[in-house]
Amino acid sequence: METLDWIEVGAKAGFLVIVLLQVVPMMVWVERRGSALMQNRLGPNRCGPLGLLQSLADVVKFLWKEDPVPGHVEPFYYVLAPLVSVVPAFMTFAVIPFASSIQLGGRTVQFQVADLNVGLLYVFSIASLGVYGIIMAGWASNNKYTMLGSLRSSSQMISYELSMGLSVIGIIMTFSSVKLGDIARQQGQLITQLGPFALPEMLQIPKWGIFVQPLGFLVFLVAVFAETNRLPFDLPEGESEIVAGYHLEYGAMKFALFMMAEYLNMTTASGLLATLYFGGWQLLPGMAWILHGVQDLFGLTGVYAEWARVLFEGTSFSIKVAFFMWLFVWVRWTLPRFRYDQLMDLGWKVMLPLSLGNIFVTAILIYYGWV
Amino acid sequence: MNISPFFFYGFGGIAIACALLVILGKSPVSSAFSLVMVFFSFAGIYALLDAHLIAALQIFVYAGAIMVLFIFVIMLLNADVPTFDLGRTHLGIRIVAGSISLATLLIFIWAFKETPLTAPVAQFTPENIEAAGGNTQVVSELMFSEYLLPFELTSVLLLAAIIGAVAIAKRKLAAGRS
Repeated sequence: METLDWIEVGAKAGFLVIVLLQVVPMMVWVERRGSALMQNRLGPNRCGPLGLLQSLADVVKFLWKEDPVPGHVEPFYYVLAPLVSVVPAFMTFAVIPFASSIQLGGRTVQFQVADLNVGLLYVFSIASLGVYGIIMAGWASNNKYTMLGSLRSSSQMISYELSMGLSVIGIIMTFSSVKLGDIARQQGQLITQLGPFALPEMLQIPKWGIFVQPLGFLVFLVAVFAETNRLPFDLPEGESEIVAGYHLEYGAMKFALFMMAEYLNMTTASGLLATLYFGGWQLLPGMAWILHGVQDLFGLTGVYAEWARVLFEGTSFSIKVAFFMWLFVWVRWTLPRFRYDQLMDLGWKVMLPLSLGNIFVTAILIYYGWV
Repeated sequence: MNISPFFFYGFGGIAIACALLVILGKSPVSSAFSLVMVFFSFAGIYALLDAHLIAALQIFVYAGAIMVLFIFVIMLLNADVPTFDLGRTHLGIRIVAGSISLATLLIFIWAFKETPLTAPVAQFTPENIEAAGGNTQVVSELMFSEYLLPFELTSVLLLAAIIGAVAIAKRKLAAGRS
């Protein structure tokens, strides 16, 4: 690689890490205010306008609190576990494109840290590493509740990883690529036919994943909730049964790292949902019209018009991601928790057959050339 | 193909160090965690060799699935008690075991030094693979055309293993109930 390539990758990775770090405190605030909204109370509203600075105050508290290591733990793995869970959470976002490309001085700059040709497989392999942080924390804490929490969490993640992986196969078959960049780009095409019938131009909609793979989307969405250990699947933390689950023995910044990993996983999951099923950086309906208006209004041409387009694509992607993040919060404060056997039954007896059936139906549709 | 020596020795060093931790570690769980690191550094070396698919699968299958089950079993069985005592092994056995391992190592080193490095790659050069749409595409096309029969046979074998596992587990359940 040349120096310029290194600079490009470094700049994109740095940008992404900084943005992701900002997302965490914002999401904590959204979660608190959102839950308060749904439970008809106020939530944090004393620190700064609308309580926006509450998360900042929390960070200061986390950093300055005493950070003891209890006497009954395995010290090495106890300290390692929060890091092991937070690092994969950062790594996954590297393959998600947040805008299309731009020509800069003869170079094509992709707005994606790494366009790997294994794309989605990379996402799943890194996501499967996240479980180690939880297992490690539960085991190293040397406490029966943490152990139970980590066992619950890992068996849940293994069960739902299957249906998550299989539900995406439909998307890979439809767009015949595992590269997330390709998948996002192809969703800009239009659906020209419904089954054997050609659609009139008026009714043609963009070929977003949700329109060609509705069942796959549903299975993926549910599996993602289970993978991120969020309600209604938050049994690893079930307060009324096992106190707090795998992070029971952690305090101060170490506990904060687990929370960060949870919110980062949510962000990545929302990014994946947006990229695979909602067109990624493709502009939302109406945004293309506004973009042309802005370009005409300021007389933008050449590279400036391109930058305006990239900015709009980034905004479109952010809106989609923000919607799914809100969905996570919304569901958490709406649905009650599952029972453990119900969770396993749902995973193995409903989601897995559904995702296999989805692959079968997709194969038939592709064979007849209907997708 | 040029591999950056910095990354190669980095991943290789981590792999060897963690492999040593696997066999020297006292607790089975920490040995298992070290083994995960070994798999991880292997994946790094595969990625350096432009074999991205193998690298991703190495992490996905070995580090992500198989080792999780391993650690599960170790934790559930609470296998912290060693099944044999190293301290009481006979001196003769130790000498024999040590010399056999050393001889095996020497044979490996000799074999790798003597084998010519230009392995036959035929049409599968990195450039051709890149032109054909990358690793994943090339491997999957081969798997569903030229190597379809071995692929299907492997799936049947795995299916048989799954049914066998279920049958064994069910038999114990049935025996417990009666």
